Amino acid sequence: MNRSRVGAVVLRILYLYRGSPQRVFPIFVWVAVDILMWGFLTRYLNAVSRGPLDFVPALLGAVLLWDFLTRVMQGVTMAFFEDVWSRNFLNLFATPLRISEYLAGLVIAAVGSSLLSLVVMVVFARAAFGLSFLTYGVALAPLVAVLFLTGIALGVAAAGVVLRLGPASEWLIWPIPMIVAPFAGVFYPLAVLPGWMRAIAAFLPPSYVFEGMRAVVAGDPAPWARLAAGAALAAGYLILACFFFASVYKTAIRTGLIARYSAESVS
Amino acid sequence: MTLPPPVLSVENLAKSFGGLRAVDGVSFSVSTGEIVGLLGPNGAGKTTTINMILGVLEPTSGRIVIEGVDLRLDRSGALALTNFAAVYAPLPGNLTVEQNLRVFARLYDIEAVEARIEDLLETYDLKKYRRTKAGVLSSGEQTRLTLAKAMLNRPRLLLLDEPTASIDPSAARDIRAGIAGHVEGGQCGVLWTSHNMFEVEAVCDRVLFLSRGRIVLEGDPKQLPGAHGVETLDDLFVSVAHEGLAAGSAS
Repeated sequence: MNRSRVGAVVLRILYLYRGSPQRVFPIFVWVAVDILMWGFLTRYLNAVSRGPLDFVPALLGAVLLWDFLTRVMQGVTMAFFEDVWSRNFLNLFATPLRISEYLAGLVIAAVGSSLLSLVVMVVFARAAFGLSFLTYGVALAPLVAVLFLTGIALGVAAAGVVLRLGPASEWLIWPIPMIVAPFAGVFYPLAVLPGWMRAIAAFLPPSYVFEGMRAVVAGDPAPWARLAAGAALAAGYLILACFFFASVYKTAIRTGLIARYSAESVS
Repeated sequence: MTLPPPVLSVENLAKSFGGLRAVDGVSFSVSTGEIVGLLGPNGAGKTTTINMILGVLEPTSGRIVIEGVDLRLDRSGALALTNFAAVYAPLPGNLTVEQNLRVFARLYDIEAVEARIEDLLETYDLKKYRRTKAGVLSSGEQTRLTLAKAMLNRPRLLLLDEPTASIDPSAARDIRAGIAGHVEGGQCGVLWTSHNMFEVEAVCDRVLFLSRGRIVLEGDPKQLPGAHGVETLDDLFVSVAHEGLAAGSAS
């Protein structure tokens, strides 16, 4: 893998963020809005429930972790969409750039933007609602890692879908986190789901993360084996997503889609 | 005298889209220091041929070798020796002139990036636009930017798809002279498509006429019209285009 070419993909995204406050705005503002809304809701629930459960780490923490996954996925797809919107594929893929280098560049750009977003979340949630991520102890690292791998896998797969179906299909991509969330048990234990939803949840790495998070908040030991299973599942999806994107790219080269990719549907 | 090895060698190249044979067994070569015109009416297969040479379209059959590197076997190696400019492929409008050149310089992994960019900004008269977003440049300025990008890696093979289509005659003449000078220096070979026969005659050492995916004529653009009983290259183009259409309607 050529570092200069990977760097070129990252540099392009960096220039876009640097020259455009509109692109930086969502990293901070939507996260802050989510924290405010869910922060006050958890404060209200703590006041009325009188139970032993602290909703701040259980619910607000879940929102922040879910936001993190969404930001990671969008970090990849937004970087890819920049090339779609500027009709840059012909210029890009007529260079020595390899598809693995292109994907590596998108992922590195997503790491940058999502980590920035995570820092903002942690600092703001701590300052406004007293949420400390230290509550999760050492389990925090695998929780974040599994969500990160899942977000990257979703982003790469979504980019493949848009490359295959055309720019108009980006509208299929935005709702993906919202579709996955009910099955992943972000806000509630999987035990409340009907059997068929639990069966789907078993294939979703985030479900292992949020079950694990709730166990830690409840004072139980971190379920390391289940977190490891979630991590293995997420890593598997990431490999599959990369193969899927590479396969779509090869098809696009064979059919000429890359050369004539334009601003409207090409299917 | 032995001829220098070709910078581009295309052997029996073909591309089908379903039942349509867009390029049908095309073979040609481009040598160092040579400008070859690829001519033909719309739909003749020029851009399909160029896209295959650029590695963004897989041939159905045939072989493309750039400076001895087989494109199918070493895509990155072959494309590192190549570059292109096309009127339908502007650089991202949301990056400045300088940013675009930096990004593409990294994609081609060139050395001494800043010095090379300064040199190209000077050559293509883009210094005053270096911090201007490419999207707000005039079409002529955008053409100069795509040409500057095309020269970044000092390509051995330069593909130009109607490079002067959107610029005024004076700027077009400067650009033609610049490219011709670059080629005469023995630094590269050029494959040039254009519908401007005056330009082709002024610039190209040799032309290939494509019709319905096949090379139907080849030769010196100054001698070909006379050899085929017409006065100008324009007339010859019209004649080839009509014959192609007639053959198409007869089939």
